[in-house]
Formats: sequence, structure tokens, C-alpha cells
Amino acid sequence: MSTATIERRRKRHYSTPVIYFVALVLVALMLVPVAYIILGGFRSNSEITVDPAGLPSVWQVGNYFEVLASGVFWREVANSTIAAVVTTFFVVALGLMASYVLAKYSFRGRGLMYSVFAAGLMFPMAVAITPLYILVRGLGLMNTLGGIIVPQVAFALPVTIIILVPFLQAIPRELQEAAAIDGASRIGFFWRMVIPLSKPGVITVGILAFIASWNSYILPLFILNSEGSYTLPLGVQAFASQYSVDTAKVLAFTSLSMIPALVFFSLFERRIVGGLTGAVKG
Amino acid sequence: MTSISENLRAAQGPRVDLEAGGAGAAASVPPRRRRPKGIGWRMRLEIVALAGPALIVFLVFVILPVLLAAYYGFFSWAGYGPATDFVGLRNYITILQDSAFQEALKHNVIIAVLSLVIQGPLAIGLALLLNRKMRGQSALRVLIFVPYVISEVVVGLGWSLMLQSGGAVNGLLEKIGLGSLQQDWLSDPNIAIWSLLLIITWKYIGFAVILFLAGLQGIPEELSEAASIDGASYWQVQRTIVLPLLGPTIRIWAFLSIIGSFQLFDLVYIIWGQYVASTAGTSTMATYMVANGRNAGSYGYGNAVAVVMFVISLVIALLYQRFLLRRDTDGAISGSKI
Repeated sequence: MSTATIERRRKRHYSTPVIYFVALVLVALMLVPVAYIILGGFRSNSEITVDPAGLPSVWQVGNYFEVLASGVFWREVANSTIAAVVTTFFVVALGLMASYVLAKYSFRGRGLMYSVFAAGLMFPMAVAITPLYILVRGLGLMNTLGGIIVPQVAFALPVTIIILVPFLQAIPRELQEAAAIDGASRIGFFWRMVIPLSKPGVITVGILAFIASWNSYILPLFILNSEGSYTLPLGVQAFASQYSVDTAKVLAFTSLSMIPALVFFSLFERRIVGGLTGAVKG
Repeated sequence: MTSISENLRAAQGPRVDLEAGGAGAAASVPPRRRRPKGIGWRMRLEIVALAGPALIVFLVFVILPVLLAAYYGFFSWAGYGPATDFVGLRNYITILQDSAFQEALKHNVIIAVLSLVIQGPLAIGLALLLNRKMRGQSALRVLIFVPYVISEVVVGLGWSLMLQSGGAVNGLLEKIGLGSLQQDWLSDPNIAIWSLLLIITWKYIGFAVILFLAGLQGIPEELSEAASIDGASYWQVQRTIVLPLLGPTIRIWAFLSIIGSFQLFDLVYIIWGQYVASTAGTSTMATYMVANGRNAGSYGYGNAVAVVMFVISLVIALLYQRFLLRRDTDGAISGSKI
């Protein structure tokens, strides 16, 4: 028995280098396609054609500078940024308010309201896109950022509410009672206590909403038809078909378009996992 | 893109759903009785003011479109002016008899099943790995999520450049002397769907890992510690303690993955486009919908396809909830939400 235990201990000890090796292979697999895009932007087209899997022999920064100097790129960055920031703001604001009601008020129909929101998760945008397009067109929002922002907010609400409700429920009742004794109204309690205390959840849903909006494809594809209103994903696609022979430049454009979401995510990654814990564990 | 991403923890919904229908409904009554004065007008006002905006936006832009689709699905309609050409069930009959749709549905099923089989074990393994205390752990976590954060357009563009016949993958095979393994990764109908699965796995595995890591954090460390003090090996602890406790999270992920697979659109449409997808054997119901609805100018038909997709998703969701997620509401882990 004791030898077996020692053997096991030893096994675990020896497994560490194996784990690091697995981890390394993994990182390589995850990063190679991204590296291909970024490095490709530094190569020349003839190089890419002759040796598609090679490294840049001479680092051409011209592709990147050309993209950075173009007004089209910055206009699309601006459109994407506006859409993502406004979407995130409203998702968090509306989601927090509704979650507070669901978590802290008891009234008839509360379970139904929660179920209605939760049911929204079963239907991602693809299933609703055709009628959604008709609806947005009917509201006169075609080719406007508002036409993508409002549906994005609506479709992000279910996730937001499901993540936030457990956070708000975890705020102890005693705290609310103490605040009430000190003369705070329920709304005052919401502003002074709930918002600060639910920050981890808010950060999580905020990041998810921001990234979802930044990467959104099918909705802009239907709603934004004029180039002036394009967000980055549509812009990347349009650029790729316009400069289909200039692969290096397309890759440079593509690399630059993914930077903001990546930066945003790496800053807050730890908090995303933390924020999801409450929702997943149930 | 966000198709999968957006509907994170969906499964929580159905779970609560059940409670609301069953025990939850009964449980929500007593609190009201305990407070005989009922809820005052002020409280009502607060509820309306706080929950109203979210509810209105949600009902108008998520629920109403589904109803609109159900209405327009009965018409032959080019998308402009009022729909007047009522065709009854003709759109639906056409859809169900169209071999292109049947093909697309078959691809959705294949993608759904294989995504579970491929991503599930892989993601659980990775989550266990990343949950161990090791050097560079936080960097690893960020890196594995990178593909998930990148937009479908970028992913599609990068992978199609790598996988096209004169692309980097074939170039690499040539370089290392495996030129005989070169393939038409994207256009060969025998291979294309596997290429798609590879890309899907690469793109969405990070999401599964995120969920599982979050689930693992909810498992008290004392349990594993106690077991290893009693002499259980690392793998015994994972298999008999951690995995069962991770069960609810795994079932939630599987639900989201299946729903996402049935709605798959972005990657296929970006990489293959509406025409190549059907010849390469990667078309999905959603690409069929866009190609035969909007792009063909037949909005009535497109809406009917949307309704078919909606019904299929709904049936899957209900079956899944009925047979799998219900276990979680019975289990000790789920604290009742509402």
C-alpha cells in the first residue's frame, strides 16, 4: 500500500514536464493561425505566393502603414467603437435594472419574466435575422448604427440577466435592511450599494457585450449596406474582396482590426472567469 | 459570430423554467401571503420603471421578429410593400422537400454531434490542466481564449488563406516532405466539413474552457484535498469527485453548443460563401435561409425557413431540458434561483 502511494506521488511529480509540454503544444496550435495573419501582413505578395508557409524574409511595415493611413480603416474603427460602447452601456444599464427587479422584488409574474428572458438564449440572432431586418427597415434604421445597436442590446440581455441575477441575489438582505434603517430608499440602495457590489458581474457582462458587438457579423451584413456605415467585420470583408490580389495588405488590415477586442479581453480575462462562476454553479 | 458566444449559460433559463412551472410557482405564493398589505403602488412603479425598458426592448427585438417570421412565412413576398400573396403552407412544403435544405440540416446535425464529441473531452482536459497551479497559468488562460475573442470574419479569412489549395497548410506539407498529403481542404466535399469542424473547434474551444474553469472554481477544494489525503490519485480525484460535480456545467455547455451548431452561419458564409457551401458539403440551415431568402429576394420563403429553424431549436431545447437539465434541478448542486 505504502509503496503504491509513493509510486503515485512519484508519477504525479514526473507528470509536470509532460503538462508543460502539452501546454506548449496547445499554445502553439492556438496561436499559429493568428501569427500567420499578423506575420503575413509583414510579407510581400510574391513571397506569400511562392512560399505560403514561410516567415517574412524582409519585414515590410509598409502594408501596416498604408492601412493606418487610410481614412476607410479609421472610419470603420470609429463605427465599430461607437456601436460597441453604446451597446455595452445600454446592455449593462438595462440588464442591471431588470436583474435588480428579478433578484430583489417579489411579485406575481417574476418567475415568468425570468423565463421569458432566459428563453431568449435559445435563439441567437441567426434565427431571427430575416424578420429583424424587416423590423429595423420598418423603423427607418437601415444603414444607421442605431439599427444594429438596439437589436444587439436586445439579444445580449438574456446572458446579462442570467449572469447578474445571482450576483444581486448574493447581496445580503441585512445590508438592505441596514440601509433602510439609515434612511435609504430602495432606489437609493440600488445606486449606492447594488451597483458597486455587483461590479464583478457587471465587468463580465460588459466585456462579453463589447466583444460580441465588436465581432458582430450577421446583423451588420443585413442592416448596413452603405460603405460609410460599415463596421470593421464588414470592412475587413469588403477590403478582402476589393484587394483580393493584395493578400499581404488584406492580412495587415485584418491584424489591425482584431487588436482592440484582444486588448480589451486580455485586460479583463481573470474577471470574466470570476464573473461567470456564480452563473454556472447555479 | 456571437451565435454561440452570446447565449452563454442559457441552460440556466430552462432550469428555472421548470421551477417556475412546478415548485417555483407554488413557492412564489407564500411570500405574498406573508405580507398581507400586498405590494404598494410605489413598488409597482419601481418594478415597471426598472424592468420596463429591458422588457420592451427584448420583446420588440427578440420575440416580435419570431412572430413576424411566423406571419410572413405564409406569404410569397419579395420584401417590399404589404404581403398579399397568401400561399398557406406552400413555403413549408417546399422547404421540407428541397434536397438542398435536407442536406443543410444533415450538416447541422453532423456539426452538432461532432462538436460535442470533439470539443467536450478536449475542453474538460484543458480546463483541468489550466485549473492546476502552474507557472504561466494566467498567460495560458489568456492565450487559449484568443481565438474566441477574434471575430468570425478574421478567423474565416485567415483560415481560408491557410487552407486554400495554394495556402500555407499545403505549403508547409510540401516543405516537410509530406507533399503527398496535400488536399483541397476547402472545396473537396469529403474533406471540407472536417476542415469546418477543425476551425469550429479552434474558435470555440476557448469558450467551453472558460465555462468549465468557472464551474471548477465553484467546486470546493476541500473535497479534492480530503480525497488525496485519503490516498486518491490525481486522476481518481478528477474522475470521481471533480467531473461529477462539473456535470451541470458540462450539460449547460453541451446545450449551448448544440443550439449554436444548429444556428451556425458566420464561419460557413464567410469561408465558403452562399454558392460554394452547398457544393463543398458545408451548407447549414442558416446559410440556406440567407441564400434562398434575402439573397434570392424571397422574404416570405426566408421567413418560413427561419420558422423551421426556430421550431427545430425549440424542440431540441425542450427535449434537452426535459431529459438532461432536469437532473440538475433535482440535484443537490442547484440552489433554487427564483
